[in-house]
Amino acid sequence: MSALLTRDLRLAMRAGGGFGLGLAFFLILAVLVPLGVGPEQATLALIAPGILWVGALLACLLSLDRIFALDYEDGSLDLLATAPVPLEAVVSIKALAHWLTTGLPLVLISPVLGLLLHLPPSAYGWLILSLALGTPALSVIGTFGAALTVGLKRGGLLLSLLVLPLYIPTLVFGAEVVSRGAQGLDISTALALLGGITAGAVAILPFASALVIRINLR
Amino acid sequence: MAALQVEGLACARGGIPLLEGVSFALAPRQALVLRGPNGCGKTTLLRCIAGLQPITAGRISCDPDVIAYAAHADGIKATLSVAENLSFWADIYGTGQIDAALDQMNLRALATRAAQNLSAGQKRRLGLARLLVTGRPVWVLDEPTVSLDTASVGLFGDVVRAHLAAGGMALMATHIELGLPEAHQLDLSAHKATLPEPGQGAFDEAFL
Amino acid sequence: MASIWQYANPLKFMRTTDWLLPIVAVAAVVVTATGLIWGFFFTPDDFRQGSTVKIIFLHVPSALMAINAWIMMLVASLIWLIRRHHVSALAARAAAPIGLVMTLIGLITGAVWGQPMWGAWWAWDPRLTSFLILLLFYLGYIALWSAIDDPDTAADLTAVLCLVGSVFALLSRYAAFFWSQGLHQGASLSVQAGTRVDWAYKAPLYVSMAGFSLIFVALVLAGTRTEIRARRMKALVARERMAA
Repeated sequence: MSALLTRDLRLAMRAGGGFGLGLAFFLILAVLVPLGVGPEQATLALIAPGILWVGALLACLLSLDRIFALDYEDGSLDLLATAPVPLEAVVSIKALAHWLTTGLPLVLISPVLGLLLHLPPSAYGWLILSLALGTPALSVIGTFGAALTVGLKRGGLLLSLLVLPLYIPTLVFGAEVVSRGAQGLDISTALALLGGITAGAVAILPFASALVIRINLR
Repeated sequence: MAALQVEGLACARGGIPLLEGVSFALAPRQALVLRGPNGCGKTTLLRCIAGLQPITAGRISCDPDVIAYAAHADGIKATLSVAENLSFWADIYGTGQIDAALDQMNLRALATRAAQNLSAGQKRRLGLARLLVTGRPVWVLDEPTVSLDTASVGLFGDVVRAHLAAGGMALMATHIELGLPEAHQLDLSAHKATLPEPGQGAFDEAFL
Repeated sequence: MASIWQYANPLKFMRTTDWLLPIVAVAAVVVTATGLIWGFFFTPDDFRQGSTVKIIFLHVPSALMAINAWIMMLVASLIWLIRRHHVSALAARAAAPIGLVMTLIGLITGAVWGQPMWGAWWAWDPRLTSFLILLLFYLGYIALWSAIDDPDTAADLTAVLCLVGSVFALLSRYAAFFWSQGLHQGASLSVQAGTRVDWAYKAPLYVSMAGFSLIFVALVLAGTRTEIRARRMKALVARERMAA
């Protein structure tokens, strides 16, 4: 299993792996929004939690179609499906690799972008916490979407259409944690629900993803 | 005792029956070559035996942990080196050893080269070296000699023969001679699926 | 003893709907027309909302069917995954565009109603937001069906999407309520607060709800028949190709 993780991380880091694309996209979004909205500190502070969460979501979406498409094209997915590792574990590892190369960097860079968007100082902790808790769900849900569209040519657009509605609960609760935290309100319900969604998705969705891959390889 | 036994197997692709009544058995030290024109269902049959596709009738009796499957595509990652590609599969199959495979497929000199700089034949050799690192006794091979030159075909024939001599088995779909005169042959064109009569449990009966 | 699963056989389904569909279609037209005419022309104006309230006779039944269509797709998907009845998968496929249109009608009539009431065509109210999200789920489901060539693979994948989507649609609905407290009045008909809508409105409303349900059933039957015919044509082409 660790072999698969190492391989996926190595592939992401090497030339053409697309590592850092999501990060760059996140940065560009945080620069473009003030340019479009205007430089008023109060306005930006108000919308910063939402912008940062939507940005993280779209940045995650950007690299989803690479999770299985490359393995499908070069035949690795067929070989992995016949290898002595459960497919459920394979999709979990793939989701983990996606999170390590996309979600985790987003979490780490988010305070810097919060600075650009005048996020209130009290919200930084909640921003990092909510992203750290929510981005794994984005990777796991995205892996399910990627598994659904793996056999399709030009599945990229369809993938966004399928995955974005599934991202809504995570987005709502994640952004709610940050904006409530910024206003000094109680965040425990939103945080618990965000954690619950992540835990549920990580526990159950790999089975759906593996099932869907088996159907697609048939 | 046969390690792989297939009885009365039928399979379909895209809802259309391709083969029916395919039976064979494979015991240690045996090789079986599947023959038949393009599109007759060789690849589909091998995918069924590898467990990727459901069969529509018949029985495959075999321990799922004995089969190593090699498809048309080799599953090679272009940005990884030859040794890295092989080590990955060795780890997945829990054998961890790639030295013997590198030597047997004559890849030792290429071990540190990135797979994207290999020729088509060298890639194919790497794909076949993957079989050696799986440590599995039953090789299921789909057109293993595509894009190999004569010398490499000979090399591959030697590797298969060594595998058989060590008690292994091989099931292959191929058009060309591998220099394995001892291999059994099975012509699949004799097992082409016939058009079923409606009312006899036909594949499309639900809609007729 | 005839089993209900007999009707999951496409041939049996076609034979039954041959006579059933016209009856359901006529009943749907009659009941819906009765409900709407009664509601629009033979009910008094509301003392607060005036005659604008009468859009309720379109709004509530379509919103009801938008949700029921998804529930029906969920049940049909489960039946397909568990019992592999083709009619079930094709009925789920046929229901999706109808559910989509019902959702659109619900949203549009809601906007038309909301403009004079709230002074805005759209508000990010939890009920409205949940319906917009439901629309997105319908779009994704329909897009996945049309993207896959092999009909059985498409049926399997969309069924799994429907199951997973249902969970996330419920979560989204809860999220929308958590996220905002809204303008929208509570459910128009509810058991606990039965007196909120006067019987003068309730009776025609129930009739239109029955009418919309019948329209839905008639359209799903017709759509499923179309899908079955399309599959039969594919099967015949496949036979010709095999015989050649």
